[in-house]
Amino acid sequence: MTATSTVTGSADAAPPAGPPRRRGGLLKKIAAPYQQSHGVQRFMLVTGTAISVIIVLLAIFAPLVAPYSFDTYQADGVRFPTQGEPSDVNPWGTTVQGFDVMSRTIYGARTALEVLVLAVVFSLAIGVPLGLISGYVGGWLDRILVLIMDALFAFPYLLLAIVAAFLLTNTIDSGIVVTAIAITVVYVPQYFRVVRASTLSAREATYIEAARAMGAKPGTIIRKYLFGNVVQSVPVIATLNAADAILTLAGLGFLGLGIQPSEAAEWGYDLQRAIADAGAGIWWTALYPGLGIVLAVTALTLVGEGLNDVLNPTLRRRRVKRPVISSSAVGPASAPEVEQEAG
Amino acid sequence: MSRAGSLRGYILIRIALMIPMVWVLLTTVFLMMRVAPGDPITATLGGKLSPEEVAERQAALGFDRPLIVQYFDYLWDAVRFQFGTTITDGQTIGDLIAENGGATLTLTVAALLVALLFGLPLGLIAGRYRETIPDAFIRLFAILGYAAPPFFVGLLAQLLFAQRLDWFPASKMASPIVQAQAETHTHILIVDLAIEGNWSGVWDVLQHLVLPAMTLGLLVTGVFIRLVRVNVGQALGGDYVEAARARGIPERRVVSRHAFKNALIPVVTVMGLQVALLLGGAVLTEKTFSWPGLGSRLLGYLTNRDYIGVQGLITFFALVVVVISLIIDIINALIDPRVRY
Repeated sequence: MTATSTVTGSADAAPPAGPPRRRGGLLKKIAAPYQQSHGVQRFMLVTGTAISVIIVLLAIFAPLVAPYSFDTYQADGVRFPTQGEPSDVNPWGTTVQGFDVMSRTIYGARTALEVLVLAVVFSLAIGVPLGLISGYVGGWLDRILVLIMDALFAFPYLLLAIVAAFLLTNTIDSGIVVTAIAITVVYVPQYFRVVRASTLSAREATYIEAARAMGAKPGTIIRKYLFGNVVQSVPVIATLNAADAILTLAGLGFLGLGIQPSEAAEWGYDLQRAIADAGAGIWWTALYPGLGIVLAVTALTLVGEGLNDVLNPTLRRRRVKRPVISSSAVGPASAPEVEQEAG
Repeated sequence: MSRAGSLRGYILIRIALMIPMVWVLLTTVFLMMRVAPGDPITATLGGKLSPEEVAERQAALGFDRPLIVQYFDYLWDAVRFQFGTTITDGQTIGDLIAENGGATLTLTVAALLVALLFGLPLGLIAGRYRETIPDAFIRLFAILGYAAPPFFVGLLAQLLFAQRLDWFPASKMASPIVQAQAETHTHILIVDLAIEGNWSGVWDVLQHLVLPAMTLGLLVTGVFIRLVRVNVGQALGGDYVEAARARGIPERRVVSRHAFKNALIPVVTVMGLQVALLLGGAVLTEKTFSWPGLGSRLLGYLTNRDYIGVQGLITFFALVVVVISLIIDIINALIDPRVRY
């Protein structure tokens, strides 16, 4: 889907999404995709969730799990060797700066989680309201926002993050929050597009018309009726974006634009330092942080794709025998988008 | 929408729509680079030169003028494909693109070929045999291919194929001797060597190309697999495939002639988006393999805080993406008559 089709509005011609459902228990809602899935899908969902949970636990309890802190270079008064091979003291070896690779890898999960949570919250806080307002209000505001967001969307995402990180670190500061902001710039357009598309289709739905007829103000309609309905398309993109955000974070770190090494352990930065090691045949400084990235991204992608499969009606076409209408809350408008943005 | 317009009309509208897009992109780049306090000269050379010298340079390059004047100047320059002269090494962006663009072009084209070579067949197989063991493995491969960042794959490839097995060179675009022999014709090293008839040089560059191209290609392969797989799955459920089956056409023919062909059309559309992915990935791959392309140059300017260098290259990348997506859309309109305004 190129940006142009959105400019002309053809991408928005989606059938209206169903009316909002009664709010069930939150737990029930979260469990629903797991119960409805089967076969490969269920396996993907469960595996992805399991790995994600483990990584999150590692991130939270990093000080307890890791043998040392991420910037420890000695134990019991003895300095670690630099580029030391895996040993009893340093099970995964040491880096060129004499840090313990295992500790840095585990603490790297913590950094990734912190940035991820901030970036997703920021992008949601900006992208969702903008998409709602743009889709519901329409007019020139909508056109301008679409133009800007499409331009940002067409931009190579890593380059966008690079420029944002470059400017922010030059003018404000570096660190976890700044890196999260740089990543936010990349993902706001995606939330905006998806939320706007579902808003456009929901706007014409009967229940919105009814609300309007009863004299509800635009603000009330957006907050009370549209938000709850439209926001259901967000979890899938949020999960897939989170996977993507880890890659962006690592990319920035690899290019030296991310978090400074003294502030936190970051997988991408560690891989940058490993380039020189690779030339000397040293594998442990590259392998473990890299596996951290792959594992985290894969886990989140599995969850995102699994959710997408379950919630996405267009992909269910081949199993027509048992139509499951109750979970079609993700508007068909967002379905093809998600499939592509997974890439 | 209901009446299909002419192809010429579509192309004209598509080109016309590009103008606001380019304008917004250029404005975004300009605002991002200049909203930051201070001017490019102070940011780049502030610590190194005396205030008088900084002011002198500012005046010489026009950075002391009102921002709005600079903005229109920037737009006008960009339209004429002039992106300024870098502050740190005094090269024009045009020269720089000519000099290093060839390397990036070689890398991205090779990577795209790798992705097509692996992505299409694997995607077709996965889509044809959906929900089977091969499908599950191919899908996992696609996810892993996307989840592994190019710099990690690149490092592993260097460790295994360059260090351990010594099959391919670990980095750079050519051996120093080949680099020195090459005469410049097109600024694309491999083409230059071929023009000279230096086939051992071409072979040398190809060997250097293998690891970076595979690394970057793997990233896009994953995307292709997913796309083709989903499209084949949907095409196989389509009415025309059902109709072909009903006519008694053998299943193999139905799949190869009817389903696959139609499944590949959307892939062309999405190739446009992959250009952005390729360019971003190229920056990372170039850094990993010391590949002398535009990405490496961009990183140099980022480290030296050369605002003009960064701004110029970013503008160029943005224009490349827009132009390529235009070309892809036109190709798409040519092969798919449904694509019209």
